[in-house]
Amino acid sequence: MINSIIIAPKINAERVKKYLDSGKRFDGRDKDEFRDIEIETGVSVKAEGSARARIGKTEVIVGVKMDVGTPYADSQDAGNLSVMAELLPLSSPRFELGPPRFEAVELGRLVDRSIRESKFINLKGLCIKEGEKVWNIFLDVYTINDDGNLLDTAILAAIAALKEAKIPVYNEETEKVQYGEWTNKKLPLSKEIPMPITVHKIGNNFIVDPTREEEDLSEVRVAIAMHDGTIHSMQKGNSDPLTTEQFSEVLDLAEAAEKKILKKVEKYLK
Amino acid sequence: MTTIKRPDGRKVDEMRHISAKVGIVPNADGSAMYQSGKTIAIAAVYGPRKMHPQHAQDPEKGTLRCNYTMLSFSVAERAKPGPNRRSMEISKITEWALEPVLMIDKFPNTVIDVHINILQADAGTRCAGINAAAMALAHAGIPMKGIVSSISVGKLDKTLVVDLDKAEEDWEEGEGATDIPISMTDKGELTHIQLDGKISTKQLKEAVEMARKACKQIYEVQKKALKEGSGK
Repeated sequence: MINSIIIAPKINAERVKKYLDSGKRFDGRDKDEFRDIEIETGVSVKAEGSARARIGKTEVIVGVKMDVGTPYADSQDAGNLSVMAELLPLSSPRFELGPPRFEAVELGRLVDRSIRESKFINLKGLCIKEGEKVWNIFLDVYTINDDGNLLDTAILAAIAALKEAKIPVYNEETEKVQYGEWTNKKLPLSKEIPMPITVHKIGNNFIVDPTREEEDLSEVRVAIAMHDGTIHSMQKGNSDPLTTEQFSEVLDLAEAAEKKILKKVEKYLK
Repeated sequence: MTTIKRPDGRKVDEMRHISAKVGIVPNADGSAMYQSGKTIAIAAVYGPRKMHPQHAQDPEKGTLRCNYTMLSFSVAERAKPGPNRRSMEISKITEWALEPVLMIDKFPNTVIDVHINILQADAGTRCAGINAAAMALAHAGIPMKGIVSSISVGKLDKTLVVDLDKAEEDWEEGEGATDIPISMTDKGELTHIQLDGKISTKQLKEAVEMARKACKQIYEVQKKALKEGSGK
């Protein structure tokens, strides 16, 4: 079956773990080091904002579209954010057409919470008329190539797309958004950018930014979004347990990794 | 650390009143109810039984399949029935939280279904669901290495508190509310953690310690309920 081709052969699994035990990874990186990161904006001129992020060979694009709608009952004076993610079949032999499966749903929700919980978007700044009209932001995530760590790649692309986005023209009389026409106004964003640091446990070791081969061996995944040592969202994945000591190790590694990733993305996300 | 006045007057490390019971669904192989304050979860276990369709069978171990659902009238504004993205995620997280204690390698090609329904939601529903499910699995007689207990630790402004209720979840003063649902085995291993809000790594370590103490108390409640309900 196809699975036998794509799932890392057991022989490699042993070698990956052995290497990690001696402090090495196949591509020579440190455990808290990301692959090369590239971010570019302007993937689609039709979008309010869009971006492509690459971490190594993993690539994700994110587009922002906006419209005007009514606020939620519990946030009458704030705009809405909705995030959707799709694992496109073009990006991996593992992804198939059809309704979203758990992996896609979780990816969307984790991107959503990293943006929302860090208050990166000031949603209150997107209220047009309290209780009646607010901006909706649709942030849509599409995978282009999966070589591991789609989540962190998606969050970086989302941040870049939001930073690039311009608010479209809204016609008060017709009560319609004039798509294709933009104001000069950018989205109300915070300077405190959430950094995605997803930590994986392989054997006795913890690493960030796994390649596909490494991620296939991941026993535990802890998805973290943090800014300057402060954690805004976290979700443990997979069913192996962690001792509290191991959990502390995850946090320490994340803090070290945040300092390193900042150096790589600074020039793109100024 | 500054002290904070909790809306219902609880101490920072005080959980809501808990009640727990097993054997609430006679048809099921195992079942349980777990109530924490105004949050009520019920869980029923069916299985291990043969997995259908056959291609979904795992010849190496059984499959744990959890299904978390909020009943439409469990919240202030009617919840649309049926699965949604939130419930899909909580279902999966519940599986991850419980699997480490289940000896499902003893039941190849089978599935164990755990249905969790929230009757009344006042925050902490996923934790209540996990607590009920762990009890229901034990009640069903499925071999387990231990029990999983779950609690939400929260940070209100700058203060850590245990077991957030809805009023606290909506806390807006100061730094607002940070919600950290955590599940642990009775040996103190983390099987689940989520976090939404804002917290330093140092304080997060304290939160985990707080959860460990609370989970110990919950474990005692679960154990007591199972003993009382033994024999179905």
